[in-house]
Amino acid sequence: MKFASLTTLLMGSTVLVGSVAVASAQDVTLTIESWRNDDLAIWQEQLIPAFEEANPGINVVFSPSAPTEYNAALNAKLDAGSAGDLITCRPFDASLELFNKGQLADLSDLPGMENFSDVAKSAWQTDDGSATFCVPMASVIHGFIYNKDAFEELGLEVPQTEEEFFAVLDKIKEDGTYIPMAMGTKDLWEAATMGYQNIGPNYWKGEEGRLALIQGEQKLTDPQWVEPYETLARWSDYLGDGFEAQSYPDSQNLFTLGRAAIYPAGSWEISVFNEQADFEMGAFPPPVKAEGDTCYISDHTDIAIGLNAASPNAEAAKTFLSWVASPEFAKIYANALPGFFSLSSTPVEMEDPLAKEFVSWRGQCESTIRSTYQILSRGTPNLENETWVASANVINGTETPEEAAQRLQEGLESWYEPQQK
Amino acid sequence: MSKARTSPVRSAAAHAILITYTVVALFPVLVIIINSFKERRAIFRSPLSLPNAESFSLIGYDTVLAQGDFLLYFQNSLIVTVMSITGVLLFGAMAAFALAEYRFRGNPLMALYLALGIMIPIRLGTVAILQMMVAGGLVNTLTALILVYTAQGLPLAIFILSEFMKQVSDDLKNAGRMDGLSEYRIFFRLVLPLVRPAMATVAVFTMIPIWNDLWFPLILAPAESTKTITLGAQVFIGQFVTNWNAVLAALSLAILPVLILYLIFSRQLIRGITSGAVK
Amino acid sequence: MEFASSRKKPIRWHIAVFLAPAVFVYTTVMILPLFGTLQFSLFRPSLVGQAFVGLDNFRTLLGDPRWSASFWNALWNNTWFFIIHMLVQNPIGVLLAALLSSPRLRLRGFYRTAIFVPTILSFVIVGFVWKLLLSPIWGVAPGLLDLVGLKGLFAPWLGKEEYALTTLGLISVWQFVGIPMMLIYAALLAIPDEILEAAECDGITGMGQFWKIKLPLILPSIGIISVLTFVGNFNAFDLIYTTQGALAGPNFSTDILGTFLYRTFFGFQLQTGDPNMGATIASMMFFIILIGVCLYLFVIQTRLRRYQF
Repeated sequence: MKFASLTTLLMGSTVLVGSVAVASAQDVTLTIESWRNDDLAIWQEQLIPAFEEANPGINVVFSPSAPTEYNAALNAKLDAGSAGDLITCRPFDASLELFNKGQLADLSDLPGMENFSDVAKSAWQTDDGSATFCVPMASVIHGFIYNKDAFEELGLEVPQTEEEFFAVLDKIKEDGTYIPMAMGTKDLWEAATMGYQNIGPNYWKGEEGRLALIQGEQKLTDPQWVEPYETLARWSDYLGDGFEAQSYPDSQNLFTLGRAAIYPAGSWEISVFNEQADFEMGAFPPPVKAEGDTCYISDHTDIAIGLNAASPNAEAAKTFLSWVASPEFAKIYANALPGFFSLSSTPVEMEDPLAKEFVSWRGQCESTIRSTYQILSRGTPNLENETWVASANVINGTETPEEAAQRLQEGLESWYEPQQK
Repeated sequence: MSKARTSPVRSAAAHAILITYTVVALFPVLVIIINSFKERRAIFRSPLSLPNAESFSLIGYDTVLAQGDFLLYFQNSLIVTVMSITGVLLFGAMAAFALAEYRFRGNPLMALYLALGIMIPIRLGTVAILQMMVAGGLVNTLTALILVYTAQGLPLAIFILSEFMKQVSDDLKNAGRMDGLSEYRIFFRLVLPLVRPAMATVAVFTMIPIWNDLWFPLILAPAESTKTITLGAQVFIGQFVTNWNAVLAALSLAILPVLILYLIFSRQLIRGITSGAVK
Repeated sequence: MEFASSRKKPIRWHIAVFLAPAVFVYTTVMILPLFGTLQFSLFRPSLVGQAFVGLDNFRTLLGDPRWSASFWNALWNNTWFFIIHMLVQNPIGVLLAALLSSPRLRLRGFYRTAIFVPTILSFVIVGFVWKLLLSPIWGVAPGLLDLVGLKGLFAPWLGKEEYALTTLGLISVWQFVGIPMMLIYAALLAIPDEILEAAECDGITGMGQFWKIKLPLILPSIGIISVLTFVGNFNAFDLIYTTQGALAGPNFSTDILGTFLYRTFFGFQLQTGDPNMGATIASMMFFIILIGVCLYLFVIQTRLRRYQF
């Protein structure tokens, strides 16, 4: 390389402060790229030691970056060839794109893949399902976490239907001790993910509506897609003062400091909340419209791990991936991170009561994934981003549900053929 | 000698405005530092009060210091910043001297070429830069950062320094040439000492974005051993985003070293900036 | 200058030696990668790699409503961001510098040092600090307003479309006011005492002296500050990104060219990066800044030079 030699010349006194440990000949070091910087301790203290003990000669380094920069930083590193051996996969198109560019290896034949159902694998497969390129790790479930002490104090029952839900909110508001619901719109995604994608599946009937949208049989302006926005718009009366500037950590703190009664949640909150809240918590699934309706929950395949196609340590990496696919990994992971539910077909025994509560809904309700993730966010304007903006706008009252739906539909139609009929 | 310029009313008004603005400038920083020494509920309940025996807590610092090697991060930042500034000042002054001192064909074009870099964010070249560093085996080294920051700082340095070089008296340089000094000696012995104040200005302008940069450390040198303090602080903020004790402690730890460095050097820097203009 | 040019040496190697290190580092590490990226604006990916499409991407950016709406929105927001700096940051900077330069002012060093402190802080810190201070939950801002009996004035500024960008502009002013202050301060100190004494003999003192004598003399410095502000603002990114995120909410009301570019070039969440359109936006930014700088160099600076002594 011409440049290499020039650089070496120029920086004659370079001190190479490399991160790659030079180990004995047969030892291999695998580096994991991840956005889960929260999990650093769990990887270092539980997962990696468990793996290394069973597989001497392979060392693993978990190297996370901040979630907001992960995609950009990872893409740059993959393009330049400096990325780690193992890549934590975002669901659907972000990872599919990497696979199509040849940056993620095909893992369809990896030993251990048979431990996952097709649904579990669908987020990391090509559209026709012929190749799988990441080992599914976990899904997250949406719902509501509530302050049990507050509910007892005010004599409230867990709401089953939407009517009951708003009645509960009214009562909390009337009493005035607690902010009825802790959610803000400043960070946008909170409104979309904890709001729209949380309650939406009950309206569009989960997979049925999601697939119909992909096939172009339903439109975002249809009632089942607009109504969740109408419900969201009603939420604004029950949020804390200045919710427009309330960020996600603000919401978490409001709830864990015991100032708010209900928290629209993703199950990943469980471990943080267990640590920070000093009151008892419970959870309930998104309320249905009328009693006896089938309930639908967002059980979103969220995280997986794949192999950098350019990795020089492919064999060792595959050994690691097979271990990730094993029930042993599922058990450690699900218990170390309550709220990240294993996608493995083998049932995993969990100890955390809140996590158990969340996962029990899988038995009563129909599961679906977030409506915007598969295929529909491939074009410009990006449906997922626009949904964030629209959800926040609707709650802030700067856009009506109909206007928001109309705008989203126009955006989607502009590039997505099945919707152009 | 002038009554009007020192009238008590006028000077009281001047002090009032300056004090007001000083409060505005320092208040946010103080709030953060004060609250980093309080326990979680006290931060929340009364953010504006000083920590007392009851609310005093170092839990945030314990959390942060247990997790990362801030001293190493600080050292990395210091090495990168000092090396880059040295490179920018040396190479920048040499180029500025060439542009300011000599007439040669292509001089204005060269000046424009060297100024282009002020106008495009270098972040755009990320992928190509990273490829180059990979090819050169410089990923996860401080050298990669130093190279990028040197290149990034050069355009503005040359832009400012060549203005100042033009002000250095020709007589002096010509006298030097009469004495048989080489062009190199004229530059290093005569001109450089005279533009030292301007160099201080450039040093400040170059230092701030380098010290505070998040992007290139993240892309070029994210390894534990090469993390800079800004990247380290950001990782903490991300990791403890709901834990205000830790966030405030991490912020304070990121603010304090720069603040101390600044307080130590501010005299020199300000003298440099201002005496550059004093004839 | 004449001396140098009148010496007709065949090849003056020292010029090359002086220029070489800077030109080499600058070209390899900055210019080549940058133009390597900018040229993507003339290509689109096709089945056989990148295909040359001329100015099609620019047509898309300015003509296709899906792109142009975002672009004009970002450009306007960016212009407003710049206007705030020109109207607030630079006048405050001049005022502070004028006060600091008044003779026999006590505590001068303390003020100078203190007011420059925000400038040395990183965007990560500035963004986070202000997010906390303005947070309706933490309550510092409402609490302070309450102290002066104006609690009713508090609004969740960063979350309101109509206030968010202005609020961010003011935060940025808070951070950077030290730079114009320092540069103007230096320029004011450079005014020879003889000029001021002459003015005083003519009875021009105080405010009058500032407007009639000092201000015209520091105009070149104000010019430099303006152009630095312009370049800085149109390259701005970090503050918005750290406080409002890459989607520059609410409802894209704080989206400036830098954040628009970042989202497009590197992608965001489910949006995959589009280097071609990203490079197109970057090229537009480059042209806008180039035009501004040329305006300064060829129109404003040539006129200002006459005032120099």
